[in-house]
Amino acid sequence: MIKFDNVSKIYNEHAVALEGVSLEIQPGEFVSIVGQSGAGKSTLLKMLIAEEKPSAGRVFLDSIDVHQIPLAKLSILRRRIGTVFQDFRLLAERTAHENVAFAMEVAAATNEEIERDVPKVLELVGLKDKAGNFPRELSGGEKQRVALARALAHRPDIIMADEPTGNLDPLNTWDIIRLLMKINDLGTTVILATHDREIINTIERRVVSLDRGRVVRDEARGRYIL
Amino acid sequence: MPLVETIKRVTRSGLQSFVRNGWLSTATISVMALTIFVMTSLLLLNVITQSLIFNLQDRIDISVYFKQGTPEDEIAKVRRDVEQLTEVKSVQYVTPDEALAVFKERHKDNPLLLESLAELGENPLEATLNIKARETDQFASIAGFLEREMYKPLIDKVNYSQNAEVIGRLSSIIGGIRRSGAILSFVLAAVAVLVAFNTIRLAIYTARDEIGVMRLVGASNWFIRGPFLVAGVLYGIIAALTTTAVLLPVVGAVSPKISGFLLTGTNLFAYFKQNFWVILGLELAVGIALGALSSYIAVRRYLKV
Repeated sequence: MIKFDNVSKIYNEHAVALEGVSLEIQPGEFVSIVGQSGAGKSTLLKMLIAEEKPSAGRVFLDSIDVHQIPLAKLSILRRRIGTVFQDFRLLAERTAHENVAFAMEVAAATNEEIERDVPKVLELVGLKDKAGNFPRELSGGEKQRVALARALAHRPDIIMADEPTGNLDPLNTWDIIRLLMKINDLGTTVILATHDREIINTIERRVVSLDRGRVVRDEARGRYIL
Repeated sequence: MPLVETIKRVTRSGLQSFVRNGWLSTATISVMALTIFVMTSLLLLNVITQSLIFNLQDRIDISVYFKQGTPEDEIAKVRRDVEQLTEVKSVQYVTPDEALAVFKERHKDNPLLLESLAELGENPLEATLNIKARETDQFASIAGFLEREMYKPLIDKVNYSQNAEVIGRLSSIIGGIRRSGAILSFVLAAVAVLVAFNTIRLAIYTARDEIGVMRLVGASNWFIRGPFLVAGVLYGIIAALTTTAVLLPVVGAVSPKISGFLLTGTNLFAYFKQNFWVILGLELAVGIALGALSSYIAVRRYLKV
């Protein structure tokens, strides 16, 4: 279970990213975090993998306070969460295949598993033919899909996707969303940050709406209302 | 995951980035090779300096002139006494006849001098002990020893006082060369190390974002650091081998000139060949330590994500 307990992130009085956010996410849930750009979606997600530290409040994953974990041990937590970053963050010196394989290597997958799963996952996101390409040779949408493949490959407990469809055309967007829902059906918790109204209104899952750093709505079958 | 597999993955990844960043690797290796070159040159320079100092010292001696007619056994006794001194490195006894022979040989082109010598009828030269000290600053105490009362009746003169100034100056020059050589070596070595260290730091600086991403994806610190260490070690090994390959012919070409110029009689090339494995080992050790340590320190900053 994921729990945000009265979390605030205040850079200074003019830049308040989050203010008193409390939130619980159960295992196996599919939660969308919505809000305008600057509402604090990304900051909230970054808190979970301890990329950002809260100014106040605590973040728990299975009753472990994420921000009490020493730097050297954070890797163990992060392996449990597959993250799709808004800016992709692929390893520039590695091919699409190697980027996905890296996440599996990190998660201690065997060579056989890597050889078997990486092509499968790349196929799943529609990039079978681009396995040997470096990120600089891929379009924005392709990079985004590599990022998604990397987040999925080692079968984490939680998938956290920050605007994973931002660079995709509608057709690709729906492929990705369907993929996330399918993974969710198999038991993986999915946290999706987006400002895509159509997606939210169509999937009919839990929606947490953020506005200027505060939770303004949290509905089990939410719609995009701001 | 078994450790062997982790090491394999880390090594493969290090080799891969080494090859893919070919230019960066080449540049880094060049700088490291220069560093190792400087250090090896300092070592060889030290060898030359040592032999130069040794040569200078070897040329300095003091001579004890015995009065005409001093019996040989008395001289032998003095010689034994002098040889007992810890400061004394060697004592050479020159009989009046030997001294005469040397004198004649040296002045064989000067008939006037030889004629007047013949006119003299007897050998005017005195028996001599040539004494060498272990260190140049020990001559004073040896001279002091010879000025004792008991030797007065036998000894005509000790030429220390005439040469004291020259010996003293040489002694301070030798000390100066040693000191400044040590300081210069230290400074140059430090500069070389810093340059190499910063080059590696820059190389890793270009990978700082990647390191951050690896952290966020959940890679452990050693899994991230490992490939950089592998690359660093590889830089060091290749740099050391390159340096040796360049240095060997260079020393071969320069060595006779140095020997000729400094008259040291030291064959630098022979020294290099004789100590080849030791020098190569040192270069490898410096290269590997520098590469690995610099990488380790440089990566550490970017692991704080």
